[in-house]
Amino acid sequence: MTSVTTPPAATDGTNRRDSKTSGSKTSGSQPGGSDRRRQARDARRALTFGQKVSRFDVKASPYLYIAPFFILFGLVGLFPLVYTFVVSLNKWNLLTGPGEWVGFGNYVAELNDPFFWNSLFNTISIFLLSAIPQLIGAVLIAAILDQNIRAKTFWRMSVLIPYVVTPVAVTLIFSSAFDEKYGLINNLLQSVHLSPINWKTETFPAHVAIASMVNWRWTGYNALILLAAMQAVPRDIHESAALDGAGAFRRFFSITLPSIRPTMIFVIITATIGGLQIFTEPKLFNPSSAVPGGPQRQYQTTVLYLWDMAFNRQNFGKASAIAWLLFIIIVLFGVLNFLISRRIASTESRMHAKRTKRRLAAQRATAGAGDAGSGYGDDSATEGDLALVAASEEKRS
Amino acid sequence: MTATVDRDSSAEQRPPRATAAKAPGPKPRSNKRRALGIDRRPGFLTYGLLIVVFIGGVYPLWWSVVAGSSPSSVLTSTYPPLLPGGQFWTNVAQVLDTVPFWLALGNSLIVSSIITISVVGFSTLAGYAFAKLKFRGREGLMVFVIATLAVPTQLGIIPLFMVMKQFGWTGTLGAVIIPTLVTAFGVFFMRQYLVDVIPEELIEAARVDGANMIRTFWHVGVPAARPAMAILGLFTFMTAWTDYLWPLLVVPQNPTLQVALSQLQSAKYVDYSIVLAGAVMATIPLLILFVLAGKQLVSGIMAGAVKG
Repeated sequence: MTSVTTPPAATDGTNRRDSKTSGSKTSGSQPGGSDRRRQARDARRALTFGQKVSRFDVKASPYLYIAPFFILFGLVGLFPLVYTFVVSLNKWNLLTGPGEWVGFGNYVAELNDPFFWNSLFNTISIFLLSAIPQLIGAVLIAAILDQNIRAKTFWRMSVLIPYVVTPVAVTLIFSSAFDEKYGLINNLLQSVHLSPINWKTETFPAHVAIASMVNWRWTGYNALILLAAMQAVPRDIHESAALDGAGAFRRFFSITLPSIRPTMIFVIITATIGGLQIFTEPKLFNPSSAVPGGPQRQYQTTVLYLWDMAFNRQNFGKASAIAWLLFIIIVLFGVLNFLISRRIASTESRMHAKRTKRRLAAQRATAGAGDAGSGYGDDSATEGDLALVAASEEKRS
Repeated sequence: MTATVDRDSSAEQRPPRATAAKAPGPKPRSNKRRALGIDRRPGFLTYGLLIVVFIGGVYPLWWSVVAGSSPSSVLTSTYPPLLPGGQFWTNVAQVLDTVPFWLALGNSLIVSSIITISVVGFSTLAGYAFAKLKFRGREGLMVFVIATLAVPTQLGIIPLFMVMKQFGWTGTLGAVIIPTLVTAFGVFFMRQYLVDVIPEELIEAARVDGANMIRTFWHVGVPAARPAMAILGLFTFMTAWTDYLWPLLVVPQNPTLQVALSQLQSAKYVDYSIVLAGAVMATIPLLILFVLAGKQLVSGIMAGAVKG
């Protein structure tokens, strides 16, 4: 990584050093008489110890400042990930250590293991059940908070309360509420004469229950992120749209949603990276199950499967293969998200440009015919027109 | 007319929006906006929805307070109680008997504090270097930092566990702390913040005055970075505090709070009133943090969204 990117930076640095050298001892850089050479030598000798230290300080300090991060991150972040790959190529037991080299045997075995696919299905199912409602909920809450409400800070803080409850505590609370016999939710269902649901033994209800924990904790958090994006939309655009007669709903769909899309993509990507590694909630959801993730692995997610393989079945080789398969899946999801969002963005902006052009033409035509129908007098009509032009050129006045 | 004046005065009290407040002629402008339906005070529907969201966010917590303070027999009834019972301290005593709560609380405080100090310190140092110092390979290394933002380091637990076992560190708090001493996010976050905040002239002035690099960092960089350090510290603390998978692996016998909490329900028979009393007890520290620093949390999340 570093070696690839060094050449341009290196030339850059050399240039800078050259200029600095010629700056500090101007005479030395000129070829010619021995006088000058001697002067240069004197100048070099004249650099006091303090100056030398200072120059070393300037050169070395940046590297010293970033070194702790890179060294520690390499040791505890990257090395383990790379070494996981080495482990995955071997038969490797928790207790007896490395066995024979099997190449990609562990990967083949896992790709043929129904439990692996089951865990992947569970992970993606729970992820979708949490990501989609969460995003919709967050956008709605953000839209509500984006209005000119009273006691803004209070309401903003209030949506963040679930975030301070740790996932373990959330799981314990929801796990009791979803208890099949005595849980709060089944009690409520029965009190309105509905049949209770097997939250902890049936696959789909269990996924819903686990997703609801994630949703509860993260929706408010994401709403605040989206709210920030909504507030960054220039008010002038809203104003000119309203002048054109767009109602609140129309403005929401035509202005707010398109402008917060980059942030939505950011939220989706973070939710994907987190959601595909979900562990705590399914691990603690049903303590009476001996197998982590439900008696029949109904909600055993991939990280939970990895855990089970590594520390219960003590098969480090296969567990490492699972880790790398999941790693590849996460990267693929990330790239996919990125590509889709870029594609949408480019088509959207092309369409947007066309639409604005058409609208502006129409606007000018009507403006020529007088300001009939605008109802706000000359001033506002021209101001609105100007705002529209400004908005279409994406220049904030 | 009077109605308009009234609304205006309320708008003066709470400037509706930063942009509107900064606008040169706020009064006529906001009048027009109100006429258009922008920046109008919303009606009851909005507050109704906000209250629904609020109840949805708070009720599970309230329920755990209710359940944690009641005998478990009450919870199984068809109509669960709405108000807390009188058994909280009995349940708390049971929690303290079942798991080493105070040890776990202390452990969590130690672990989260050390991780926070380390992450904030190293991130500020590296972020300052990336934002304000010129050195060979800066761009390339920064790209590397950004690329590693999305790397799920959690998937490296197997070799990490092997190393910890090899060195005999399992069971010690060091095993929990070491893997999270630095984060790529921290460096990225500090770099993004510092790149705009410190003017080059300030650094040059300090250098001209004879300050060496570390002095410049300490007297120019750190004071400027302080707000971002606070936010990063807050979130790092929260993340360290909530971590479960790794502590469960390396310190099940010398637990952090989350591990101890999860052990409350590991038995075959789960007494939910005790479990939920424990959940309440474990939530209190973060609730206190939230009361003290909730505003900073909110603004931190919102600032992160705009920047990152």
